[in-house]
This record gives sequence, C-alpha cells and structure tokens, in this order.
Amino acid sequence: MLIARVIGELVSTHKHKSHVGRKALIVQPLDLDGTDRGDAVIAFDAVDAGVGDRVLLVTEGFSAMTSVGRPESPIDMAVVGVIDVLNLDPLPGTALAHLK
Amino acid sequence: MFLGRVVGTVVSTVKDAALKGQRLLIVQPVKPDLSNTGKRLVLLDCTGAGPGELIYWCRGKESSFPFLPDEVPSDGTIVGFVDELHIHDLHQQRGR
Repeated sequence: MLIARVIGELVSTHKHKSHVGRKALIVQPLDLDGTDRGDAVIAFDAVDAGVGDRVLLVTEGFSAMTSVGRPESPIDMAVVGVIDVLNLDPLPGTALAHLK
Repeated sequence: MFLGRVVGTVVSTVKDAALKGQRLLIVQPVKPDLSNTGKRLVLLDCTGAGPGELIYWCRGKESSFPFLPDEVPSDGTIVGFVDELHIHDLHQQRGR
C-alpha cells in the first residue's frame, strides 16, 4: 500500500460497465516526508474519501477489485482507507533494533 | 489506473489468436495537468477510443478482464474515456 493524497475527481461517462456507479479519484502518491512520489493516478474509492484527504492506496488488482466490490473487473487501484495520524520514527531502523 | 492520450495505432497480422480483432493503440501517459509523462506504450482497448482521445487505462492481469470469457493476453487496456478532471489546489494543505 502507498500513502497518497486525494487531489481531484475524474468524470467519465463512457467506460467499462464495471466502473459505473463508482467514484474515481485522482490520487497523488506521497513519500513519508509528504512530497510527491511519482505521478498522480486514478483510483476507485472504497471508503468515501474526499478531496484533500490523506489516504491508503492499494495498487494491485485483487485488493482493489475486492475493496470496491467489483470482482473480475479491470480495476487496479483503490483507496482503501483514510489516514488519521501517521507516526514515524525519526531514526529509521532504530524501532526494530531490539528484535535482532 | 493511469491517464493517457491516444496518439497512434498498431497493425499486427501475426499475433496470438486471442488478440485477433482487438484494437492496439499507442498511448502517451499524461499527468492530471495533461502534460506528457513517461514513455508511450501499446494498449488494448475495450471502449472504442480513437486518436487524440483522453482516456484512462488499467495495467496488469486486470486489463484482460474486460474481454472475459476470452483469455486475452493483455497487460494494459484502455477502460474509459475522460470527460472532465477536477483538480483542486491543495498547496495550502500539503505537508503532514
């Protein structure tokens, strides 16, 4: 999964029938520091996310299809969660050091 | 899914039997501001898109699902036309 920001919505009238009735969001993947990570993508909304929300984005078919409730359909990305808080250890690696 | 613009077509006579009758289109991926990004690629089409059309496409195994029950060897398919893109200016809200 990726962390991403919803930056817009896509309107399409002529599309695959499995996409009808589902909200298509324009989503910008983010790095942990909040900067853009590659280009924005189109993802279907499984959690009623809105513009400006920071969200969890799945970028694989099975998880996207099942979360949107459209099995065996051409959907490869979906928003599956809205992020409330993100806690990040300031020194990556140290949090798991005691497991070694 | 990704945004793209149809910029050409591919003609192929010798190909996998399941690809027979399928349209092969050359697509330039674009950003939400419609500027080009990345390299052009060949996609199948289940919508009837034509040259110059702004579309969105899906990659991976899922891209063969529009053609079920045919098992079409596709790794990228155009799945919809883009009518409108509503982009909201979020620069004020950026950051964590």
